[in-house]
Amino acid sequence: MISDKILLNHGSGGKMTHELISSLFMKYFDNPVLRAQTDSAILNIDSRLIAFTTDSYVVSPVFFPGGNIGKLAVCGTVNDLAVSGAKPLYLSCGFIIEEGLPFSELEDIVKTMAAEAASAGVLIVTGDTKVVNKGSCDKIFINTAGIGRLDENRKDISTGKGIIPGDKIIVNGCVGNHGAAILCARNSVEYYSGILSDCASLNTMIENVLQISKKVKFMRDATRGGLGTVLCELAEKKEFGVDLTESEIPLDESVRGLCEIFGYDPLFMANEGKVVIVVASEDAAKVLETLQASETGKDAAVIGEISSTHQGLVVMITGIGGSRLIDMPAGEQLPRIC
Amino acid sequence: MCLSIPAEIISIEGDMAKVSIGGTIVNACLQLLENPKVGEYILLHSGFAIERLSQGEAAETIKLIKEFEDFQDEIH
Amino acid sequence: MKYIDEYRDKTLTDQLIRSIRSLSVKDIVLMEVCGGHTMAIQKFGIPSLLPSNIRLVSGPGCPVCVTSRKFIDTAISYCRMPDVIITTFGDLIRVPGSSSSLEKEKSTGADIRIVYSPLMAVETAKQNPKKKVIFLGIGFETTSPTSAIAILNAHKAGIKNFFLLSSHKVMPPAMAALIDEGVRINGYICPGHVSAITGTGIYEPIARKYHLGCVVSGFEPVDLLQTILMLVQQFESGEAKVEIQYNRFVKAQGNITAQKALQEVFLLRDDWWRGLGVIPQSGMMLQPKYNDHDADTMIPVSVPEPVEPKGCICGEILKGLKYPKECKLFGKACTPADPVGTCMVSSEGACQAYYKYNKS
Repeated sequence: MISDKILLNHGSGGKMTHELISSLFMKYFDNPVLRAQTDSAILNIDSRLIAFTTDSYVVSPVFFPGGNIGKLAVCGTVNDLAVSGAKPLYLSCGFIIEEGLPFSELEDIVKTMAAEAASAGVLIVTGDTKVVNKGSCDKIFINTAGIGRLDENRKDISTGKGIIPGDKIIVNGCVGNHGAAILCARNSVEYYSGILSDCASLNTMIENVLQISKKVKFMRDATRGGLGTVLCELAEKKEFGVDLTESEIPLDESVRGLCEIFGYDPLFMANEGKVVIVVASEDAAKVLETLQASETGKDAAVIGEISSTHQGLVVMITGIGGSRLIDMPAGEQLPRIC
Repeated sequence: MCLSIPAEIISIEGDMAKVSIGGTIVNACLQLLENPKVGEYILLHSGFAIERLSQGEAAETIKLIKEFEDFQDEIH
Repeated sequence: MKYIDEYRDKTLTDQLIRSIRSLSVKDIVLMEVCGGHTMAIQKFGIPSLLPSNIRLVSGPGCPVCVTSRKFIDTAISYCRMPDVIITTFGDLIRVPGSSSSLEKEKSTGADIRIVYSPLMAVETAKQNPKKKVIFLGIGFETTSPTSAIAILNAHKAGIKNFFLLSSHKVMPPAMAALIDEGVRINGYICPGHVSAITGTGIYEPIARKYHLGCVVSGFEPVDLLQTILMLVQQFESGEAKVEIQYNRFVKAQGNITAQKALQEVFLLRDDWWRGLGVIPQSGMMLQPKYNDHDADTMIPVSVPEPVEPKGCICGEILKGLKYPKECKLFGKACTPADPVGTCMVSSEGACQAYYKYNKS
């Protein structure tokens, strides 16, 4: 049941977002490509596979520790293509700018985007600019769309078609940093930490992994819904379950501290430079090594494995050996006193 | 209820302190605590230091558990 | 992190579990009355580690869950006034009122701000002198002293546009009422942070009158397991006394400064608890000298008596009489995304905790 008004939580990447997509967008837009609901759409154009994706960036504040909205806009779309197994090639970029935004801020954002695109090896080839009245948008919104070339033998990576029990689950580093950095930036009067957003383009690191192993079965980037949401989506309605080991999940001490204070679960804090990889167990060691050799993967760890029991569910063994179910929150996490 | 967390006082200015939990620094009001000192650990709740930690008791808790286990091992 | 990690040490928890297993023979039901305990127990997976003769039940320890629908309806009436800013803890945002919630009101433009501390609400009042800033005061004895300080500070600084709408409650009357209502348990896991404020004398009458062990527990796995061990020890030996497990933060006399602030600002009143009805002397209202800051007094609104939704058994769940899965609405009409009752809204309500951690 959808509420009669769109609420902020419909955009936070959790259950309500999923509900909105399935009960509204899928209802009207339904087609075989969309039904796959992968990070990038996989298109077959004249027998060539193209990955195609889009994302809009509305983050506030626009400048935060570790980056800005422009960096997110490039990295996010590059990563959506890369985790599908595609080689990112071209981006489009649409700006919606609030009247009154200082030119210097826009220039900083654009400069960052150019640098990030160069570093990721993609070209920004088309775009659009709109300026709206003061108050009609929050400083600046950016939409980027991207296309990339996908090899036939990598086309199942986004759906995880070949996943079997025993496959290992790997994440390329500490989780929750982006969400924590944003929270601190928004509340800088009340609290401070040195946490930086993990925003980064992962395509080079991912290409290295895909070169070293032909047994990568699934990848998805963990963004606003957190690592936990990716794992819940992975397991949902499948014939397998996910086993997770809490003590193996890489987590920065200061992110942990922040979560403890406000009652947040780091599993559901946003990331902008994290990919979840499912790989056959025999290749897990070399994939891990390859990740750890990269700047964006130096804290990579095996955090769990695919299970033949508790189908459709994610079960985590806690630090003290107890077990608990991991389920997606309804919407954005709220700070609590209780 | 009562999500609270141990935090270290790292500086004091009047009725307010900056406290640290694993590197995150938060403002804490000291009006519910007598004679707070930099370096001591307090219980942070809802932006307030609501109690101070007794380090002796903290160590004692751990010690007792270990001793009980040793005692159990001995009698079995 | 210091004073947290040591209490999550698996070697210690393994030891405690072994001790519990070797000592615990009789069937035993232990109730916690603190939402923080509900969360921690589920978060660390403690039920999965205990022998099957030990049952943990959740009582009315979640202040959101026991808060009346009328409180939310009143807050919603306020937020619809043009010159009002509502300041609230995040816990209340999604709680359903009779026809809306603060979250829904926010989406239509009501000025509702989530604060981490009541002092932030006072600051908001200071910065918005033309608006009435109403702080929604929920919580037990851990949190009510912070509201007390907020009131004292606002009063001293002459911040006349700061108001408190109080739903603060005190725990021990509810602990007694539960037993009087026939709930059968063998011991109380007592709230650690409430006790840091109040001290432990408040549990003595309960231990004596009902012959129930009362152990004040911390929130880390070592704390909870040690508390369970202490309660098992008492129960197996026929004892019933008040003990402090959480002695690194809890003293028998509690925090006198905080108690003084409470006595200065608040007085007790009879209060209505979801699931328990009216309990005498269980709620907190402002002393008459601070009535200038009392939302009920200064900004009276008329709100119709709310009707409890059909099929909702939050009351029985709050008393620990039923488990969430026994509710007909659980997981179907009532889910965390679309809650009917407060046990599902609050992140530490028994139903949400159960839903999140036990879906299978």
